Amino acid sequence: MMMQNEIKELQLQAEKIRKRVVEIVYSSKSGHIGGSLSSVEIETALYFHVMNIDPKNPAKDDRDRFILSKGHSVEALYSVLAASGFIDDELLNTYGHFNTKLAGHPTKKVPGVELNSGALGHGLSVGVGLAIAAKMDKKSVRTYVLMGDGEQGEGSIYEAAMSASHYKLDNLVAIIDRNELQISGRTENVMSLEPMRGRWEAFGWEVFDIEGNDMESVVTTFDNMNHGNAKPKLIIAHTTKGCGISFMEKIAKWHHGVPNEEQFNEAVAEINDRIKSLNEE
Amino acid sequence: MSAENTNTIPCRKMFTDTLVELARLDRDIVAVTTDARGSVTLDSFAKELPEQFVELGIAEQNAVGVGAGLASAGKKPFVCGPACFYVARSLEQVKVDVAYSGNPVKILGVSGGVSYGALGFSHHSLHDIAVLRTFPGMHIVLPCDIYETKKLVQELVNYPFPVYIRVGRNAVPNVYENENIEYKIGKANLLLEGNDLTIIGTGEMVYHCLQAGKKLHAQGIKARVIDMHTLKPFDKEIVEKAARETGRIITVEEHSIFGGLGSAVTEIVSQVNPVPVRILGIPDEYAVHGTPLQIFHHYGIDSDGIFETALKFI
Repeated sequence: MMMQNEIKELQLQAEKIRKRVVEIVYSSKSGHIGGSLSSVEIETALYFHVMNIDPKNPAKDDRDRFILSKGHSVEALYSVLAASGFIDDELLNTYGHFNTKLAGHPTKKVPGVELNSGALGHGLSVGVGLAIAAKMDKKSVRTYVLMGDGEQGEGSIYEAAMSASHYKLDNLVAIIDRNELQISGRTENVMSLEPMRGRWEAFGWEVFDIEGNDMESVVTTFDNMNHGNAKPKLIIAHTTKGCGISFMEKIAKWHHGVPNEEQFNEAVAEINDRIKSLNEE
Repeated sequence: MSAENTNTIPCRKMFTDTLVELARLDRDIVAVTTDARGSVTLDSFAKELPEQFVELGIAEQNAVGVGAGLASAGKKPFVCGPACFYVARSLEQVKVDVAYSGNPVKILGVSGGVSYGALGFSHHSLHDIAVLRTFPGMHIVLPCDIYETKKLVQELVNYPFPVYIRVGRNAVPNVYENENIEYKIGKANLLLEGNDLTIIGTGEMVYHCLQAGKKLHAQGIKARVIDMHTLKPFDKEIVEKAARETGRIITVEEHSIFGGLGSAVTEIVSQVNPVPVRILGIPDEYAVHGTPLQIFHHYGIDSDGIFETALKFI
């Protein structure tokens, strides 16, 4: 069992990362803030608790791999990479600048990024390749792939899903950031994705429905997985788009909205309040 | 029939036979395919080295992505299947997961060009060079015979860049006498000396270029013949030299006349030393249905057609 104070530390880290997301979107006047905010707890848990990685040696052998298939949520990834020491926090401030290393979708120019992503429906196949390689070499390496829910419209995902269960890739963990909104509105109105759990179970995956913005729910799910049962894992992380900023939550226009000064100050104040109360607990 | 015309081994078979030899000694070599082990001739690889073989069913997009993941993990993946599908259905995976991400996947496109001549345009790949040339970091090779194919595979195994390789379906006559040839990706081979004009071919066309060149020599026309096995990185020097020394160039490719070998050559000579160029290939139409040799003849890209173009060009 994880100690409650470790959960609290991760929550605190997530809030600091959330603040950096808001800051770089505001300063660059660009980005995909809604889906970055919904995925903060998942990425924080992976980089600060779950994965075997070394920020000082990003290419170390036998490291666990994280693929951000929903590459547009890059502000969360960059902020996590800065908070965990893969990149300097100063570099984050160049997000959106001309010729910055930090493009609007992840690239391998950035230490800690494993794949240039941005085109949807690609990450899971690459994850399958990584997971097959680990099985071939009998290594205990794990691969984590974060997808969006709108992304589930891409057919290539189901090619990858078939192959993962065919090859019994229990070292592969896919996560769907199920915030129920995509750029044009509710996922169920754009192209219905339910029953999501049933579809993935039918593909031979072990599926976990969790509260994706609840740190305890996220870390206990990762911690208690059985990586020896011959089944690839899917976490359907039920999240809130724009999570943590009250006026952004569950509103599709914040998919790639940019806050004005007043909204920025309000957003930062909300986060600061939570950081304060977490510190006081 | 001369000895050089008796070859019965398709280049795809030479490719996979060489690959299996190398893979016995190098456990990191992995063959990936999409229900194409027969077409590609990977049966013996799959039987002998099942732990280095990944079958993905009819799913090219997944296969290319999986190849990228394998390469990212340090494996040496060869993703093998019909050329027409890998550079169309899975083009975005080639663009993003392989080229843009710098994963050194080797994509073997078999039965390229009009190898599947009778099966129609869905199965032709006459756009692959044009498209892939525009992806930075993507290398492109079209070997012309089994000896060149063998040398190529040996170089590819530890080649640190993504590469697309196109070979045909049927056995083709040998251009070279044996495998003891100078071969380096990116460095074209001079097959016939001459200063009256230059004929540059790639892939299966090279044999036809050489035959045409020999016929021209017999008539006193000294044609230079070049085997441009690598389309990218492109051997600019040999083209510049040909323009300077021969003043006329014919290019021959089993590919659209747009964006392929002919375009690559004219991009160079038009900027460095403008000389007349004739681009022979498949014109802007859906190719006629037939055997490859019938199609080559129809479009004037077999040895007879090249010879006639050369006579008019001189």
